[in-house]
Amino acid sequence: MNSFVVENRIWDKEETLSRNEMTALQGAKLRETVERVQNVPFYKEAFSEAGITPEKIQTLDDLHRLPFTTKTDLREQYPLRMLAVDRAEVARYHGSSGTTGTPTMVAYTQNDLKVWANLCARFLTGGGLLPKHSVQIAFGYGLFTGGFGLHYGVERVGASVIPAAAGNTPKQVMLMMDMQVDALVCTPSYALTISEFIIQNDIPHNALNLKYAHFGGEPWTEGMRTRIEDEMGILCFNNYGLSEVIGPGVSGECAVRDGMHISEDAFIVECINPDTLEPVPPGEEGELVFTSLCKEAMPIIRYRTRDIASLNPEPCACGRTTVRMSRVTGRSDDMLIIKGVNVYPSQIEQALLRVEGTAPHYLIEVDRPDRTDVATVKVEMTEESFSSSMKEMQELKDKIDRAIQGITGLRMNIELVSPNSLERFVGKAQRVTDHREKT
Amino acid sequence: MKLKQLSVFLENKPGRLRELCAVLAENGINIITLSLADTEQFGILRLIVKKHDQAKELLEKNGFVAKLTDVVAVEVMDEPGGLSSILKIEEESGISVEYMYAFTIKSGEKAVLLFRFDDMDKAVDALQKAGLNILGSVELYQRAEG
Repeated sequence: MNSFVVENRIWDKEETLSRNEMTALQGAKLRETVERVQNVPFYKEAFSEAGITPEKIQTLDDLHRLPFTTKTDLREQYPLRMLAVDRAEVARYHGSSGTTGTPTMVAYTQNDLKVWANLCARFLTGGGLLPKHSVQIAFGYGLFTGGFGLHYGVERVGASVIPAAAGNTPKQVMLMMDMQVDALVCTPSYALTISEFIIQNDIPHNALNLKYAHFGGEPWTEGMRTRIEDEMGILCFNNYGLSEVIGPGVSGECAVRDGMHISEDAFIVECINPDTLEPVPPGEEGELVFTSLCKEAMPIIRYRTRDIASLNPEPCACGRTTVRMSRVTGRSDDMLIIKGVNVYPSQIEQALLRVEGTAPHYLIEVDRPDRTDVATVKVEMTEESFSSSMKEMQELKDKIDRAIQGITGLRMNIELVSPNSLERFVGKAQRVTDHREKT
Repeated sequence: MKLKQLSVFLENKPGRLRELCAVLAENGINIITLSLADTEQFGILRLIVKKHDQAKELLEKNGFVAKLTDVVAVEVMDEPGGLSSILKIEEESGISVEYMYAFTIKSGEKAVLLFRFDDMDKAVDALQKAGLNILGSVELYQRAEG
């Protein structure tokens, strides 16, 4: 049913280097990066604490001596203390998608923007983009890296962009039909919403000219891929990136669609056991760690993504030799992505603290019964918060609802449950039950 | 003149109400009257029992959230317009009914209704001024056993 065939095209020669060539290139660029981060007080300190001088880092084998960078480190350096260049050299800023708390800001020089657009052009080409195509971008345009990242990637290929931005589904579909758009870029969950609209309005496939889509911004599953492909009659490609590392463009699928090719000339990837911090063997799941090799404004050393995936170093049938990463199957911290929004259980705790009389015992249940994520927060009743009046009980639920919405930006179902009915934990509490499929 | 009602939170789970009744039964506590308000997800059980302090403690020990709430028991003529006359008195005093239910026994021509008002003191005052008979706990329990 997908009559579209992706031409196997490779954008850059760096995608097909031999392992020896890649190792040498990464070693040389790592030395440059280590030199560059000496401008960042945070790294200068971290290096001296670890007893490392830039001269000690000569080849890729020396990478393990370098300290890790965490999200907490980035928050502490908010807004721009991770900057390695003068502010005058910055061409653009973006930010993390976190809704509350201290966000993290990232910065790009003019050259960083060029490199970034090229990396996006790379995976877009791998996934079918040709200069004659038109691409509708239904990602948010703003601090979020998705919209602008893909926008300039499409332009770099020489294709045309319809910057529809996120939301207004009827208009998205109208544009897709009227403009005879070839490709769609958005989150997989938004694609499900678009697909639902098309089905509900009995719009036949041949009214659209859509051939393929590139999805990113949140984890998704093979089940979702099959569903969207069947419903919309298109091919779907997965891509991966995060603002701390660069944004979209870290990796993406080729026509073979057996893992996402990591642009190793731009990032060194490691896959570690999140507890021991030791590397895991290829094919085994671990936490991905990235070191940037060509970022000027905000280089990053061994960034712990908290994303769980596995690596495949085998060369691909497409001809690329770059290492491939699997889908992200989980997190090594307790962060949840609900409807594309990052949520930590601690935010629910904060919300409950704001509502007088509620207990700190709660459980978050996440499911995707059909197309959209549904989150339910179970809260234990206490004598203080309980009332014999239904109106007051409803007010209590509303208060919890508003507090959670205020902190996470998401509406969740609130369920009041009996005291001591939620499981108690010795040590680390398990606050989340995620029923969504992982792969 | 106010009466203590035992209010209990009930999660809508099979067997929860039976468990509660079993706790009371095992300890020889008789339910004089009750009302259950429910939503899709939880219920509020309102009970009149003689040994309410003991009942509350027992339920809490058995994992229930229970609370004592003031209600008022009012005698009203068991005839058309009986309830309406009480509601009119409260309406004129600007008091709202939060919930109400009926007592299971009658005394002659009269029925007994249980009320929770948003302003209990003002409500009792208005009812008494209108000459209605408000039953105290002693009298009510006697009738229940009688």
